[in-house]
Amino acid sequence: MSGAHGDHGHHHREPESVLSLRVRALESLLIEKKLVSSEAVDRIVSAYEEDIGPHNGAKVVARAWVDPAYRARLLADGTAAIEELGFGGVDLQVVENTPGVHNLVVCTLCSCYPSALIGLPPVWYKSFEYRSRAVREPRVVLREFGVELPESTEIRIWDSSAELRYLVLPERPAGTERLSQAELAALVSRDAMIGVAVVKPPAAAAR
Amino acid sequence: MEPVPSREIADMKGAAALPRKNGELVFDEAWQGRIFGMTVAMSHEACFAWREFQAHLIEEIAHAEREGESSSYYERWLTAFEQLLADKGLLDPGTLAERTREFQCGHRDDVF
Repeated sequence: MSGAHGDHGHHHREPESVLSLRVRALESLLIEKKLVSSEAVDRIVSAYEEDIGPHNGAKVVARAWVDPAYRARLLADGTAAIEELGFGGVDLQVVENTPGVHNLVVCTLCSCYPSALIGLPPVWYKSFEYRSRAVREPRVVLREFGVELPESTEIRIWDSSAELRYLVLPERPAGTERLSQAELAALVSRDAMIGVAVVKPPAAAAR
Repeated sequence: MEPVPSREIADMKGAAALPRKNGELVFDEAWQGRIFGMTVAMSHEACFAWREFQAHLIEEIAHAEREGESSSYYERWLTAFEQLLADKGLLDPGTLAERTREFQCGHRDDVF
């Protein structure tokens, strides 16, 4: 039932689910016992929702797609360019995919990763298998992720370190000329910014 | 200070792994986020260690699978959390049942 909470307030026009009521009852009891505060729960939920996902990196990519001057600054000095958008704490080099070049990021030593931009690394990124095979047979690894590249496409591997992290600037998909920056950001996946996926146009993404 | 996502929580593996879509946590309904947040908040306050909750969650998931229950991940989380609170003597199950009835009957409508 979508649209039941059109005014997104706390006035529920439809009966609330039993589970939802039970959780509200639980929260009210834990608050009375001073075991939690509603504000702490709010902060935790938003921290996990926002910091864990790739939202920040996706914003950077979308901005680079719509703003050629920003794109140039981003490629020239990733660290400074992400600071412009309020993201920092990491030395970053951004590498750009083009029709002839595909970039892939790995950390062969451990699991260095631009978490400030794309959240916590997925389990496979930290696996020995990915760390070794991404360098040895990137084309095979990419195929396993569902990315088929023409033989003529050059694959560049970027080995992250504690000092310098890499972020892939994926190619903007065709047919997205009329999308807003926010709509574009929603298309950009974590995997695309690691280089194990390409960004699909909205119609394909919805399938 | 803003809470920093903990790897111990974010990186739970196997059946206990947090549901995600495109790397982001997925809360299909608001109550799922609330129960997640309460559990994390109480572990921050050292009411219990995260691994204690995780053990309860894994056990509850295994139990639900054995029984062939169609319950969702966060329904199982809720059951595991209630169980842990009861085990720790932090919440009496009867009190929760009573409070839930009050909400159901509309006698209470606390706003969070």
